Amino acid sequence: MKKRFSIKRILMYAALILAALTFIYPFVWMIGASLAPQHEVGKMTLWPDHPGFENFKLMIEKIPIGRSLINSLLVAFFTTSLVMITGSTVGYALARMNFKGRQLIFYVIVFTMSLPFQVTLIPNYITMVNLHLVDSFFALVIPFAVSAFAVLMFRQAFQGLPQALIDAARLDGCTELGIIFRVLWPNIKPTLVTVAILSFIGSWNEVLWPLIVIRNEQLMTMPQLVTLFATGGRADSMLGVKIAAAVLLALPVMIAFLFFQKHFIQSMASTGLKD
Amino acid sequence: MLKNYDCNMDIGIEIPLRTIKPSKKKSSLRKRLLPYLLVSPYLIFVSVFVAFPVLFCFFLTFHKWNIISPMTFIGTDNYSRLLHDRLFWKAIGNTLKFLLLHIPLQLMISLSLAYLLNQQLRAASFFRSSFFMPVIVSGVVVTILWQQLLGYDSGLINRVLMHMGVRKIGWLVDPGTAIYSIAVMATWKNLGLYVILFLVGLQTVPTQYYEAAKMEGANRWQQFYHITLPMINPTIFMVVILSTIGGFSLFIEPYIMTGGGPLNTTLSAVLYIYKQAFQYYNMGYSATLGFFYALMIMTVVILQKKFIEKEV
Repeated sequence: MKKRFSIKRILMYAALILAALTFIYPFVWMIGASLAPQHEVGKMTLWPDHPGFENFKLMIEKIPIGRSLINSLLVAFFTTSLVMITGSTVGYALARMNFKGRQLIFYVIVFTMSLPFQVTLIPNYITMVNLHLVDSFFALVIPFAVSAFAVLMFRQAFQGLPQALIDAARLDGCTELGIIFRVLWPNIKPTLVTVAILSFIGSWNEVLWPLIVIRNEQLMTMPQLVTLFATGGRADSMLGVKIAAAVLLALPVMIAFLFFQKHFIQSMASTGLKD
Repeated sequence: MLKNYDCNMDIGIEIPLRTIKPSKKKSSLRKRLLPYLLVSPYLIFVSVFVAFPVLFCFFLTFHKWNIISPMTFIGTDNYSRLLHDRLFWKAIGNTLKFLLLHIPLQLMISLSLAYLLNQQLRAASFFRSSFFMPVIVSGVVVTILWQQLLGYDSGLINRVLMHMGVRKIGWLVDPGTAIYSIAVMATWKNLGLYVILFLVGLQTVPTQYYEAAKMEGANRWQQFYHITLPMINPTIFMVVILSTIGGFSLFIEPYIMTGGGPLNTTLSAVLYIYKQAFQYYNMGYSATLGFFYALMIMTVVILQKKFIEKEV
């Protein structure tokens, strides 16, 4: 009995290891290929015989990748900050205040979450054209500055806090904004982390919208620049450079993931569980 | 934390709440206005970026417009064009083909892996994290990576096949397989998320149920079929809905990998909408496609919900 049990376990491990390999191998191969000289790129071996940074040097010469990295960081940072601020004030009002239309606003939020983005895509582009925001960071940040999901997350978090906390702060003469950001925020750290991670990753990985509203290469976000480089034919003869661009695009997120695995996984899972 | 609330936070929104001894009437007016001030970011956002666009989109569907010259009203021409647009229906068909492989594959593999991870094995968190890696990186990265795996002459998979003496497969160049290759890639990308969702679902099944079933003499498969599956129905439902919505938004993968080819077999609906707007500058027609497509997605999701709720 015991022996059969352990064989089963071994089979289970074998299946999991095989699965894990199909997930890890491509990434390791990608990093290896990005360091490989041109003639070695196509090889199946995980690590090149003569690794070097040639591909990265070439990439920096060809496209403003450093600039795009800064652009992406700025856009993601401002989007995330705004999402957290607006999500908190709206979520707080919905959770903790009585006013006419509260329920209606809540239903509108739930409904807009299920509205497919395809319907608003073209009109939003036209809005950007009319506001003269095409080719500016505003076009990348403002349409994402409020997130229905973040509002619902904050609403739920604030609902779970004791009223005494708010009453005490009011007695101390705190304004409502002070209550939200100084008194309540320290008590909902898991929600803050979740919202921050989700909106940062969401903004970092967004590529369809930048492709539409940004034409100036100096203002492009990193995924956009890499996409245009990979599809524009400029990279066709330089496979290694293309892969190096992909590595550079993946690296910040992967490093962050290595440090905050648990938070990442919990946050991402909560997007599905909030239904 | 308690010692000093300096509450004059400057974040750009002025709320003059803290005047010294405000008169009662004034303060109650402020009190009544305050919630609306707090929700105003959302109200502005929803009017500018949701309500107005939806109405404007509907308005655009009756117009022909290339953004530069003035709009012209063309009645329902866009709609009849849509109905006869072979390419659009082909794009919808491609998306359905994609879902036809993507959803069952996603369900089966992620549920199996979650089931394995739920067996109290060592290093479960390592496995979990490795499955999760593609979820967080950009679709652009995954697509560039898989382009190298799926290439015809120099792709890694075909090289392995050649080594084993099997004929090369035109993963992305064969019109019959390209969309399915993309479906496999998308499954690989999202799998980790669904493993986690299933894992959470599996952990909610009370262990007593299994013990009771064991007493009755049920084997593992019977336990899985009669206890686990019904108990995690909500998760299955969620995974189906999420991957349907994800599949309907398919864009960057064909955009980078195939540009919609070969023979438009990987042209996704979103890619087609994008091309109509930003390659041919048919804003009115593109808006019509978007409007129709969004309605279609909502209908499909609602039908799925109805169907699955009935089953549960």
